[in-house]
Amino acid sequence: MSHIWIMIAQRLALGVMTLFIVSLVIFLGTELLPGDFAQEILGQSATPETVAALRDRLGLNDPMHIRYINWLSDVVRGDLGVSLANGQSVSDLIGRRLGNTLSLALYAAAIAVPLSIMLGILAALFRNSFFDRFANASALTSISFPEFFVAYILIFFLAGAGGVFPSMANFRGDPTLAEFLYRAFLPAFTLTLVVTAHMMRMTRAAIINLLASPYIEMARLKGMNPMRIIVKHALPNALAPIINVVALNLAYLITGVVVVEVVFVYPGLGQLMVDSVAARDMPVVQGVALVFAGAYVLLNLTADVLATLSNPRLVHRR
Amino acid sequence: MGFLTGLFWFVVVIIASMAAGWMFRAAAVGISPRGVAKELKTAPLTASFGMLMILIYIVVAVFAPLIAPFSETAIVGREYQPWDSVHLLGTDNLGRDMLSRLIYAARNTVGIAFVTTALAFGVGSILGLLAATVGGWLDQILSRTVDVLMAIPALIFALLLLTIFGTSVINMILVIALIDSTRVFRLARAVAMNIVVMDYVEAAKLRGEGLWRLITREILPNAMAPLVAEFGLRFCFVFLTISALSFLGLGMQPPTADWGSMVKDNATLISFGDITPLLPAGAIALLTVSVNFVVDWQLQRASGLKE
Repeated sequence: MSHIWIMIAQRLALGVMTLFIVSLVIFLGTELLPGDFAQEILGQSATPETVAALRDRLGLNDPMHIRYINWLSDVVRGDLGVSLANGQSVSDLIGRRLGNTLSLALYAAAIAVPLSIMLGILAALFRNSFFDRFANASALTSISFPEFFVAYILIFFLAGAGGVFPSMANFRGDPTLAEFLYRAFLPAFTLTLVVTAHMMRMTRAAIINLLASPYIEMARLKGMNPMRIIVKHALPNALAPIINVVALNLAYLITGVVVVEVVFVYPGLGQLMVDSVAARDMPVVQGVALVFAGAYVLLNLTADVLATLSNPRLVHRR
Repeated sequence: MGFLTGLFWFVVVIIASMAAGWMFRAAAVGISPRGVAKELKTAPLTASFGMLMILIYIVVAVFAPLIAPFSETAIVGREYQPWDSVHLLGTDNLGRDMLSRLIYAARNTVGIAFVTTALAFGVGSILGLLAATVGGWLDQILSRTVDVLMAIPALIFALLLLTIFGTSVINMILVIALIDSTRVFRLARAVAMNIVVMDYVEAAKLRGEGLWRLITREILPNAMAPLVAEFGLRFCFVFLTISALSFLGLGMQPPTADWGSMVKDNATLISFGDITPLLPAGAIALLTVSVNFVVDWQLQRASGLKE
């Protein structure tokens, strides 16, 4: 059992290392920003004296590595600085919206993951049939669609005139769970459509890869029914690639969320980031990018550990 | 009832496009020289349809000024005019002719996506081949740098870089090319790694061939097939990213016609049951689907995958 923990600790250390480097890249972003940070905060009309005073207060006169260490220790303590646009604390801004984005991503994942694995198994079971070809062609098609196209098609058919669902995610008041599921259905369904195809194709490929192996042939010769062969014999061995592709797509959900949130005016992190990029509000962009990158690294890490655990040969290496 | 008519039109469109693909294949086989014709005969209908569409897009993009009835930026009517005989697809949010902008956008959007992909591809594949051939510290430095850059999700990284350098077309091209070149680098390096260890490369080295000749004459020809397929896929990704950024208002700036921002500008019409804003989005989707169909065929052919 102990080497599993060692493995997890190693991966965790690697993840922290990656995050550290990512934070360095994000910090260097501010350094490259043309113009003076203090000038940017105070605006064009500020006198040189006030700019100098602010520079001193923000510690902008310190050498770069000291500022990086200060910034990093602030970040670790949860202080991401102050928005240039409205002077609000970035941590507060993110905190208010993080829950919305996470619940949207979770909602989409809860539909997409079971759906795509089931479809993938069915496509592998009935391979080369009409169903399989249709699933394959539609998968290829949906990968090529921009997210906003899928979103607007859904709005066109399911919202608007005579529609059933709201085209804008409005969270005024405190919606109950059922209300949230109803109001966030279209964005979640859009995300589902975007990621399902890829997961389905990879699940199918992972299972079909195994179907040529001798032990599957043995099971087939024993006269076992095809569904049982796939679920009981092929699926456990195909788990590692499936976990990986699921994690990859969940990570993709994180970035896909940005566009979908803008379409549906969903009050999440993506919307905040897009607005801040347009306004060049660096502290907010830095904070949101850090959160997204953190989630991304964490997901890849989890996938790595789970995929390893699913295969005893990888757990008991050497 | 609405569902049934929808299904009917869906089937009609599928059949019509398959027929178009079939006719295009027959015509292409007829006019091309024998070697090429033999290859073309193996193309499935989806791929022939894809090739036909790509050809149409190229023609429209090249001859945009001749085809478009109005100019790209001129205001020629009221806002949001419905479809009629003068403005075939109506007018947009500022009263510009929708069809003309749709045609000009083929030139802008596809052109910029192509330049970006070519840039990403040049940088990524040259560095990847170089890393695999030279190995050692150069490989280590390049690979670790790429690892770091790939640890940040692509769209988020693009947004971060655009904040730093400001939003403009040139910046967008450079930022996306940089991000996508990391993916190309990975592939080029992986492909070249398998070739570098071959005996004939060893022989070429012993013969005293220089680094440049080694890469271009010995390694590149054998790495070409996967790289060409990757070019198609990369083009789709770049194209979708550019459209997404333009849709978010961070890519191409007005008054340049561009499919992504055209969707954004006219999106309000959708809630009133007007499909006009879906047309530019559909144009994006159709091109990526077509490229994907062709790439799929090429990949199947290259790998001999039959299952």
